[in-house]
Amino acid sequence: MTFFLVSSIIKLLVIFTMTMVGVALLTWLERRVCALMQDRLGPNRVGPFGLLQPAADGLKNIVKEETYPAKADLWTFILAPAVSFTPALLTFAVIPFGAPLHTKWGDVSLVVADLPVGFLYILAIGSLGVYGIVLAGWSSNNKYALLGGLRASAQMISYEIAMGMSTVAVLLVAGNVSLSEVVARQQGSLIYWNIFPLSLAFFIFIVAAFAETNRVPFDLPEAEGELVAGYHAEYSSMKFSMFYIAEYSNMVTASALMATLFFGGWDIPFWSRDDVGPLPWWVTVLTVLSFFAKTFFFLFLYIWVRWTLPRFRYDQLMALGWKVMLPLALIYLTVIATAIWFFHDQLGWAYDTRFSLALFGVNLALAVPLVFVLDRGHIVAGSVQRRRA
Amino acid sequence: MAITVKVLKRPTGGTSYLRAMLKGMVLTFSHIFRPKVTMQYPEEKSSKDWTLSSRWRGTHRMLTDEQGRAKCVACGLCPQICPANCIKLVPGEDEQGNRYPLIYEIDEFRCVFCGYCQEVCPEEAIHVGVHYENSEYERGRFVYDLERLCAQTHPVSTLWDPSDPKGE
Repeated sequence: MTFFLVSSIIKLLVIFTMTMVGVALLTWLERRVCALMQDRLGPNRVGPFGLLQPAADGLKNIVKEETYPAKADLWTFILAPAVSFTPALLTFAVIPFGAPLHTKWGDVSLVVADLPVGFLYILAIGSLGVYGIVLAGWSSNNKYALLGGLRASAQMISYEIAMGMSTVAVLLVAGNVSLSEVVARQQGSLIYWNIFPLSLAFFIFIVAAFAETNRVPFDLPEAEGELVAGYHAEYSSMKFSMFYIAEYSNMVTASALMATLFFGGWDIPFWSRDDVGPLPWWVTVLTVLSFFAKTFFFLFLYIWVRWTLPRFRYDQLMALGWKVMLPLALIYLTVIATAIWFFHDQLGWAYDTRFSLALFGVNLALAVPLVFVLDRGHIVAGSVQRRRA
Repeated sequence: MAITVKVLKRPTGGTSYLRAMLKGMVLTFSHIFRPKVTMQYPEEKSSKDWTLSSRWRGTHRMLTDEQGRAKCVACGLCPQICPANCIKLVPGEDEQGNRYPLIYEIDEFRCVFCGYCQEVCPEEAIHVGVHYENSEYERGRFVYDLERLCAQTHPVSTLWDPSDPKGE
């Protein structure tokens, strides 16, 4: 019991610190990558390579004056940043970030809370995040903020469904909702990573995750051209900063989820040493690094996409959510469930390489008509319309 | 009444969203490795691509003669032509009948940096300078008196010459 408590508290502190520091560095990374993509240098003054810039920003935000709109609903106004901030951090609790650590007092599973209902917990807490945004928009007594909040709620509800549906396929393959089991299922070989048997689920998931985290091209709640700053237009100083931190921790969580659900979690590719325990401590450290490398890749992808793609129009966003993503997720779920039933129950295949490859084939077969529909009538054509001679 | 959104008819032949998107992503990624245009300002004040023009009109400078006295003869042309009315000049006269400024002050906040004072000056005394770093702790410090104007060392503007429009 003591061992459990002590190890849990240590894990809690480590994860909390790492998320907060990660979020701080992510704001720095976002600005640096943005600058580099625009042929600039970005913040490079505070500390080496500007790495202390987030600390300077944080200090500035803490000492800045807080302003409250005269007719704001004050309590809700104060509560909203916390409501948006807390679920963003809570979600990380169930994500396994490394192989179990073998110590002389016993094995420590590297996940803060290995909930048996891990995935349901993520869906539940993840959808709570929208409350903070809606409350912020409503309590500000500002039409732009209200519109931003309404957009956020509509958008998050629309894409929540597709996101949930796409991950049901992962649960079907894993046969469990515990994230540790989902990761364990993907051990052994690269082909077991869910990206192969469930490629389209990953496609749906990544689009929905971008929408859920309100990032470009789905950042309509804060579309600055139309809504000033959206739901946080009236917020200043640390309260504004809390929304910022919440957005970035949502990104971290979504990236970690992509790595966990589709890219084998902490599994190290092309290396079987990490597949069977008990592992020496240095292998555990390597698995943790592997997990963070994958997460980092998706975080970079977020930034990369943000500085490349333009924003959707509101009706396009809704059309994509309800007319494309939702039917796609439903059809996909039906097909993949049938395929699993056929391969596993009828043909009696185990969950092995043959099974993964067969599912991958099903995904490829589905991808062709999908690309055809998404691209309005071609499989892959030139990116620019050619002038007719 | 439901709000309808006007849906534009866009050309679809030959355009592929997925490929266009990937192309854009490759483009932005390739920019990461391109040379940067940033000039590290306080350390670097000019680069091969950018340098302050010799015709730049910044804060003023009064030129002095060999004895270190201001060249100004207090003719009164510069306060006369100044469109912003920012030059205060009180002329004085010594025993030989030479005019000199008793008070010569330029309010750099009022000044619009047109450079007319330099153009009109018969003695080539007052000049606008090739200079832009003017920070002070008090507003009052932006009213430059004669002593301050004479003490400036930055280069002076060449202004625009109609007979040599490109400055060659």
